[in-house]
Amino acid sequence: MTPSELNQLRDSLKAAHKNVKKCLHVCVGSGCLSSKSETFIPAIQKEIQAQGLKEYTVKGVGCRGLCAAGPLVSSEPDGTLYHEVTEADVKGIVENLNGIKNNEKVYNTDTPFFKKQKKIVLENAGEIDPCSIDEYICADGYTALTKVLTSMNPQQVIDTISTSGLRGRGGAGFPTGRKWGMMAKSVSKDGKKFVVCNGDEGDPGAFMDRSMMEADPHRILEGMIIAGYAVGSDQGFVYVRAEYPLAVKRFQLAIEKAREKNLLGKNILGSSFSFDIEIRLGAGAFVCGEETALIASIEGKRGSPSPRPPFPTTSGIWGKPTMINNVETFANVAPIINRGGDWFASIGTDKSKGTKVFALTGHVTNSGLIEVPMGTTLREIVFDIGGGCLNGKKFKAVQTGGPSGGFITEKDLDTPISYENLQNLGSIMGSGGMVVLDEDDCMVDITRFYLRFCVDESCGKCAPCRIGGYQLLQILENILRGRGTPEDLPQLKQICHAMQKASLCGLGQTAPNPVLSTMKNFEDEYKAYIEGGVKYARQKSKGKS
Amino acid sequence: MVGEGSDSVFGKILTIMTSETLDQGQMSCEEIRKNIQKYVDKWRNVEGSLIMVLHDIQEDIGYVPREWAMEIGKALDIKLARIYEVLTFYHYFKLKPQGKHSIHVCTGTACHIKGAPAILEILKTQLGFNVGETTADRLFNLDVVRCVGACGLAPAVVIDGEVNGKSTPEKIIEKVKSLQS
Amino acid sequence: MNTEIIKATINGTPVEVPAGTKILEAARKVHIKIPTLCKHQDLLPSGGCGLCIVRVKGSPKMFRACTTPLENGMDITTHDAEIVETRKTVLELILSNHPDECLTCGRNTNCELQRLSAEFGIRDDKIKRYVPDLPKDASTGSIIIDARKCIKCGRCVQVCQEIQNVWALSFLHRGINTKMAPCGDISLAESPCIRCGQCAAHCPTGAIVEKDDVPAVWDALHNPEKFCTVQIAPAVRVSLGEEFGLPPGTDLTKKIYAALRRLGFKAIFDSNFSADLTIMEEASEFVDRFTKNPSSLPLVTSCCPSWTDFMEKMHPDFIDHFSSAKSPQQMMGAMVKTYFAQKNNIDPAKIFQLSIMPCTAKKFELERCKEMKSSGYPDVDCSITTREFARMIKQSGIDFDSIPEEKADSILGEHSGAGVIFGTTGGVMEAALRTAYNVITGKNLEKEAIDIQSVRGLDGVKEATIGVGNFNVRVAVAHGLANVEYILDKVREAKQQGKESPYHFIEVMACPGGCIGGGGQPYGVTDNLRQKRMAGIYQCDRNCPVRCSHDNPEIKKIYADFLGSPRSEKAHELLHTHYQSRPIYQR
Repeated sequence: MTPSELNQLRDSLKAAHKNVKKCLHVCVGSGCLSSKSETFIPAIQKEIQAQGLKEYTVKGVGCRGLCAAGPLVSSEPDGTLYHEVTEADVKGIVENLNGIKNNEKVYNTDTPFFKKQKKIVLENAGEIDPCSIDEYICADGYTALTKVLTSMNPQQVIDTISTSGLRGRGGAGFPTGRKWGMMAKSVSKDGKKFVVCNGDEGDPGAFMDRSMMEADPHRILEGMIIAGYAVGSDQGFVYVRAEYPLAVKRFQLAIEKAREKNLLGKNILGSSFSFDIEIRLGAGAFVCGEETALIASIEGKRGSPSPRPPFPTTSGIWGKPTMINNVETFANVAPIINRGGDWFASIGTDKSKGTKVFALTGHVTNSGLIEVPMGTTLREIVFDIGGGCLNGKKFKAVQTGGPSGGFITEKDLDTPISYENLQNLGSIMGSGGMVVLDEDDCMVDITRFYLRFCVDESCGKCAPCRIGGYQLLQILENILRGRGTPEDLPQLKQICHAMQKASLCGLGQTAPNPVLSTMKNFEDEYKAYIEGGVKYARQKSKGKS
Repeated sequence: MVGEGSDSVFGKILTIMTSETLDQGQMSCEEIRKNIQKYVDKWRNVEGSLIMVLHDIQEDIGYVPREWAMEIGKALDIKLARIYEVLTFYHYFKLKPQGKHSIHVCTGTACHIKGAPAILEILKTQLGFNVGETTADRLFNLDVVRCVGACGLAPAVVIDGEVNGKSTPEKIIEKVKSLQS
Repeated sequence: MNTEIIKATINGTPVEVPAGTKILEAARKVHIKIPTLCKHQDLLPSGGCGLCIVRVKGSPKMFRACTTPLENGMDITTHDAEIVETRKTVLELILSNHPDECLTCGRNTNCELQRLSAEFGIRDDKIKRYVPDLPKDASTGSIIIDARKCIKCGRCVQVCQEIQNVWALSFLHRGINTKMAPCGDISLAESPCIRCGQCAAHCPTGAIVEKDDVPAVWDALHNPEKFCTVQIAPAVRVSLGEEFGLPPGTDLTKKIYAALRRLGFKAIFDSNFSADLTIMEEASEFVDRFTKNPSSLPLVTSCCPSWTDFMEKMHPDFIDHFSSAKSPQQMMGAMVKTYFAQKNNIDPAKIFQLSIMPCTAKKFELERCKEMKSSGYPDVDCSITTREFARMIKQSGIDFDSIPEEKADSILGEHSGAGVIFGTTGGVMEAALRTAYNVITGKNLEKEAIDIQSVRGLDGVKEATIGVGNFNVRVAVAHGLANVEYILDKVREAKQQGKESPYHFIEVMACPGGCIGGGGQPYGVTDNLRQKRMAGIYQCDRNCPVRCSHDNPEIKKIYADFLGSPRSEKAHELLHTHYQSRPIYQR
C-alpha cells in the first residue's frame, strides 16, 4: 500500500461512515466483558433488525472509563450513555434510537466526570472497534505515520517529540525526546536496534495500559513504528503480561492487520523503512516492568534487573541498543506528530506536558479510567471527577504511584499534578494508579498490603530488597497483631533507608516509600497499635481523618 | 463494522482455566517428544523463546511437567537449570497439575480495600483451601491474582474464568459448594 | 581496546585508570578497600549484595562500586557516616537471614561474612532472624550444600554456569524464597554436577563446602590393624602454606612428608611419582596413535576426574579419543596395593591408602567405575582436600612452621620435574611431550627447550605446534570447562569435513589454572594467586635433577621389576580404565 492508497481508503471509509445515522457502542473492555457485555452485540443486532432500523448499527468498543457503572452502551453521535445494562435493557435501548422513550438506564453525562477530562490518549477508546484497522484508519489513524515517512527525517521526528515535552509515562518521567535522541545516536555493530513497548503493567489496582491496549492497539503500534523510524530500528517487541489475554489477542490481531496493509513489515507504505513487531509475554513478575529486568525476560531469562550503566539504550536485548517506552508514551506519539509539538506543549504544566491517564479506584464513587491534563489538582480528580468518597465517608488519603508511591492527605489535595509536585509530596506519578482511602481505612494495613506486594515481587537478587522487604513486612505484621514495640519504628526507618540507598533497582529502592509515607503522615496510627493494641488502634483510625 | 474477534477471548481463558489438567508426566519420552515437536518447530529459530514455549505448553496441558521441560531443553538446546530458573521465577507457571476448578481471588488494591481478605479468609477457614494449592480431591485450586481489571466491580473473584463482581464471602462459599456437589 | 585514561578522585585522592575500570578496582589502586560479598575477581559483577555502595558527588543516589565504571571528573566518597551506616544495616539484614552457627561451620574463621561482621562491629541481633529450614544436600559424597547458609551472592551459580559450563547449580524461585539449588527439584548427584568444587572455592560462606572426610582418616590412623599409606598431589605442596600464613607458591614438599610421618602414616608416597607413571602410559599411547594410527587422533588427557565426567555426560562422541591411562591418584593406589604390598609382604586388605588432593572430584573418582578397584581392593580408600589436610595438621598439634624437612619413602616417592607440573594447566601436556619427544627421536629435549613455554600460562585456550624430530605436533590446552567447547568444536568440524584433526594432542583440566586452582585448595583464589602457585610448581620442576618421567630411576625400576613395559598386559590391568556415555541428568 502506498500513502495515497491509504488516503483513498480512509476517504472511502469516512464516506461510508456518513451513511450510518446512529451507532450503538457496546463496551467490550475487560471490566464490562466480565459482565458478558459481548453478548449484547448480537442481541442488539437482532433487535435492530426486528425493529427494522436500517440506518442504525452496533459495534464493540474499548473501555470508556466508567467501569463501576458497567456494562456500558452508548448511542453515537448523540452520546446517550446507558449504564449497568442487562440483556433485558436491549430492547429499550434500541427503541431509543428513534428518540428517547426509556430513560431509567440513561446515565447523566453532564457531570464533572466527563467535563473535566481531556482525552488525547484515550480519544478513540469507546469510539472505535479495537479489532478493526479500518475503524482506526477512518479515525485518522496512521496519518502520523504517513506524515513521518513522506515528509520528515528521523531527526525532525525526534525534535518534534522533544518540543512537545512528552515525558515517559511509565513512572520516572524521563524526557521521551531525549531518550529517542540517545537511542538514535547509539551504534550497534550489526545495525540491530530494538524498540520495546512496555506493557507489563503490574501495579495492583492499575489498568491504564491494559485498557489502552484493549481499546486502541493501533495507536500504540503507530507510535512504535514512528519510534522505530526515528531511532533507526527495524524490530520492535511488545511485552505484555500474560494475565492480559484480551490485550494480547487484540494486539496480535492489530499486528496482523497492519502487516496486511503494509503498515508493518518491509518497506512500509512503499518507503525504504522496514519495521516489524513481535509480542512477548510476561509471566507474572511485576519486576519485569523495570527496564533491565524486562530485557532479561525478553531474552528468555529470569527477570532479574542488572545494574546500570550500561543503559539499555547502549546495551539492551542481546547487547544491542534497546529503547523501552511505556504504552501510554507510545500512544501520545501520533497526536503529537499530527498536531505538532507546540500543541502538546501547550497542555499541562511548566515541566509536565500533555495529559495523564489514571486508574481511579478504591473508596471513590466513580471508579474507573480517567484522562486529565497535567496540572489538574488532586482535589478535582478525587472530588469532582471521582465524586468523592463512597457513601459519603470522610476522605483520608489518596495513594498514587502504586507500591512505589506514597499517600497524599487532605492538606495537599490542591496540588496540581505534575511529576515534580507529586515527588515533593513524597509520592510519585508512577504509571497512574490512584487509590482513594476513606476514614475507615487502616493505613498500617494498607501499607502492609503494598509492602507484601513488593516482597512477593522482589526478584531476590539483591540483599537489601530481598531481606529488607521481608523484615519490614514482619515488623508490620507484628505491629498489626498488637505485638509491636516502640523500637519497631526506628528499626522500620533504618531498614527503609538502607533499602532506598542500597537496593539494585527501582523496585527495591522505592518499596519502602509507602512505609515512610504513612509513618510521616499517620505515625499516630502506628503508635496506636503499639501503645493500645489492635482494638484501640482500629477504633482510633476510624475516629480520625 | 463488528470486530473480527472481540467475542471469544473469555471463552479461551475459560478453557485454559478449566481444561482437565491430568498428570502428563506419565507419558513415555517418545510420546512427550512427539507432543513437543510443534513447539519446537514454532520456536526453534526465535531467539529467547523459552518463556513463550513454556506458555504454549502450559496453555495446552495446564502446567509444565518436569519430563516435558527436559525434552524441551534437549530439543531447543536450553539447559534444564535455565528452564527451572525461569519456571520458578515467574509465578504464572505451574509445576504441578491443577485442580478441576480454579478460584482466583483478585487482590488488587481496589479489591483489597473492598473485602478480598475476608473472602480469602473464609475460603481458608471454612473450606480449608490454601493459596497456591490444589485441594486433596483435586477439585479446586485457590490462587490470588494481582488485578483482573474489574476494579469497578471490586471485590472480584474469578471462578473458572467467570468474573464474580461485588463478591461477598457468603456468595463465594455458596458458589464453591455448588461446584462441590 | 580501551586506551583512554580516566581521571577522577576517590576520597579526595586523584586516581587514573583505563576506561572501563570499575570504581571498586579503581579504589584499590589508591589503597581503599570497599567491602563486598558478591564480587569475585574471577567473575563478572552482579551487584547482588549491596555492600559496595559509594557516593558520587552530584547524584542523590548511591552507586554500586562493583558495577559502575569510573568516569572522568567523578568525585567519589567511599566512606562517610551514612554510607557506613547503610552498609552496616545491609550486613545486619544479611545476617538476619543466615543461621547463627559460626562455631560449628566449615568456614569458621575463614568466612567472608564472618569477617565483615567482625569488622563492622556487629554485636547484637537487632533484626529478628529468619532462616528457612532447608535440608542439606550431601548426595554427591564430594560437595555438601547447606542452602540455609547461602547469602545468594551468585558466585557459585556464575562459576558453575559461565566458567565451568556445567549448569548444575541455579537460582530457583524468587524474593525471600530465592534458593541456590541444583536445577529442577533434584539432588546435586542427579544434576550435571562434575564435583569440581569451584562452587565451594568461590563461596564466601559455608553454604558449599567439601565433604569432611577427616574423621575417617583419623579412624584409620587410630586403627592398629591398618597399615596407613598416603600420597600427596603435585598442587598441594605449593598451596598448603597459605593455610599457615606462608606466601602462596612456597614449596613445602618435604615439610609435608615430615608432617605425614608424624601423623602416623607408615609409608609416604608422592603422586608426582604416579604422574610420571601416567606419562609413561599416556605418552606411549600418544606415540602409538601418532605414528601408527593418526586417524585416531587427537588424544585427550584424562587425569582430571571432573573433566572425564563432563566428557562422558556432555561430549560422549570424544570417548574414543580419551587416553585410557588412569589418573595419578588411581595409579598410585593400584601400585601400593599390589607392587608395594607384595614387595613388603603386607596384606593389601589391611592397607589404607589416603590421597591428599587439591580437588573435591577426587573423592568421587575413588568409585568412578570398577577399574578403580583393579588391585582387588579400592585402589585408594579415602581422598581429602588441601583444606582438610591443613585441619588435620592443626588438630595433631604439629608446629608446621618449624617442622624439619624429611624425605618420602622410596620406590613410590621419587619423582621427576615432569611429574610435579601435572599440578598446573599445560603441565600434563608438557610432561607428555618431554617423553614423547624422547620416544620418537631417541633424545631428550635440550636444556631450554625442555620448558615448553607455549603451553604455560593462564590463557583459557592455548594452542601450539611443537617440533618433534621431523614431525610437528599440534597441541591444544584448555582449562575452565567453558573453554573446552571451542577446541572440541574445531575437531568436530574437521571430522565432519573429512579433514585432518587440527590437533594431535589435547589437555583439559576442569578448574581454572588446573589443579593449583582446584576446588579443594585454600580459599581466596584469584588469578594472581594462581600465578604464584604456578610459579611455585615450575620452581619445583627446575629444582628436580631429573626432568623427564622416563628418566625417573624408580619408574625404570618398577617397569623392570613389575610392569614390564608401558601398556603391557599387566599395565593395562592395573593402570588403565574405560569411559562410557552417561546421562546428563540422573533423573
